[in-house]
Amino acid sequence: MSAHSISLTVNGQVYTRTVEPRLLLSDFLRHDLGLSGTHVGCEHGVCGACTILFDGQPARACLTLAVQADGRALTTVEGLAADAKHLHPLQQAFWDAHGLQCGFCTPGFLMTLVPFLEENPNPTEAEIREAISGNLCRCTGYQNIVAAVKLAAERRAGAVTS
Amino acid sequence: MKPAAFDYAAPDSLAAALALKAAHGDEAKFLAGGQSLIPAMNFRLVQAALLVDVNRVPGLDGVSVAADGGLRLGAMVRQRALERHPLVARHAPLLFEAMPFVAHPQIRNRGTLGGSLAHADPAAELPVIALALDAALRVQSAAGERWLPAGEFFLGLLTTALTPDEMLVEVALPPLPPRTGTAFQEFARRRGDYALLGVAVVLTLGPDDVCTAARLVYLNAGDGPLAAPEAAAMLVGHRPTPEAFVAAADHAAQHEIAPTGNVHATPDYQRHLARVLTRRALTAALERARQSATGSTA
Repeated sequence: MSAHSISLTVNGQVYTRTVEPRLLLSDFLRHDLGLSGTHVGCEHGVCGACTILFDGQPARACLTLAVQADGRALTTVEGLAADAKHLHPLQQAFWDAHGLQCGFCTPGFLMTLVPFLEENPNPTEAEIREAISGNLCRCTGYQNIVAAVKLAAERRAGAVTS
Repeated sequence: MKPAAFDYAAPDSLAAALALKAAHGDEAKFLAGGQSLIPAMNFRLVQAALLVDVNRVPGLDGVSVAADGGLRLGAMVRQRALERHPLVARHAPLLFEAMPFVAHPQIRNRGTLGGSLAHADPAAELPVIALALDAALRVQSAAGERWLPAGEFFLGLLTTALTPDEMLVEVALPPLPPRTGTAFQEFARRRGDYALLGVAVVLTLGPDDVCTAARLVYLNAGDGPLAAPEAAAMLVGHRPTPEAFVAAADHAAQHEIAPTGNVHATPDYQRHLARVLTRRALTAALERARQSATGSTA
């Protein structure tokens, strides 16, 4: 089958690669670019572990072909932290509120929630739970994930007002 | 869990996309949002020799008000855009109400209106809304175009009237008549999952609050979006009462829907849901019809 040359931006860096059409974006990120922070769970769009930002909007990397990302800008979990010593505020809140145990689902939750909090900086618990309805966690029972989102929102509000 | 090999084309014009489909027929599939097609290909339930990606075709994602006051929606409008569009809220309140129930936000960011309609999953919301609102669907091929009413578009399980060379390009929603109320109800175990059952209701009142028109369309209650015309006819010509709603809901649940059950719900439970959700939807639609002076508000 034909191979296609694609050029895309991931976390601000431009990559050019040749891909088979059937290569899933999730596998492309992990295997071709070595960005293994995007996790692969169900590969049919149910678990949310592979959620990334596709042109700024959360999307399932396993339901997108790599070839479709030609000319697009993606953000993966590797693009969240400012540097090796400073986590993104939402990552720090997950750490502090014990919002993860095994951590497998965490990249998907983060990539779903970062744009959510930008749109809705002061969400209710119901809004948070609806926002994460497309992400499965098998460890925490969601309680501490919700607490982490609230903590991140409170810190952001505090930082804005102080 | 990986798709079988296929060729890929991403034409930048509708003419080029239709020419490819005309040349390859059933061997080719259009790729819109991909939120149903890609998982089906990952499972190898679907194999295609060629994917024609229509995401780079311009002009298919418009949302506008037609001269008659209805809505014209491009087939490639993202579901997330419909969910947030002020024109949808104003002119198609039933569609607006149903949108948050369509899968999860991550899916709606990619999923399209036309893709969902052409996929024709009996558990999907958008085919039900299209049938309830009596949408007209414009389909195009290299040879020309035709309009199909929603009632003639959906032919059964994952099956539509589209021929192998045709593409759904536009959806026209007629304006709601004056004093019309609409409502959508569904029940799912987890928000965003496929619902165990759902119903869309359109109810129109005439002078003296007599019901002049009614439509009931069900989700996951048969092999496609399923209308219950007998239950709807029971309401027409009478002033709506709670008792009449119970009778119509019971009739639809017992005699008109054909739920097959699944791992989460027996057919009996789905019929129970139909009774409860129909009553709730009819009650909400009646209230909205009474408040509505014109056709363009809920």
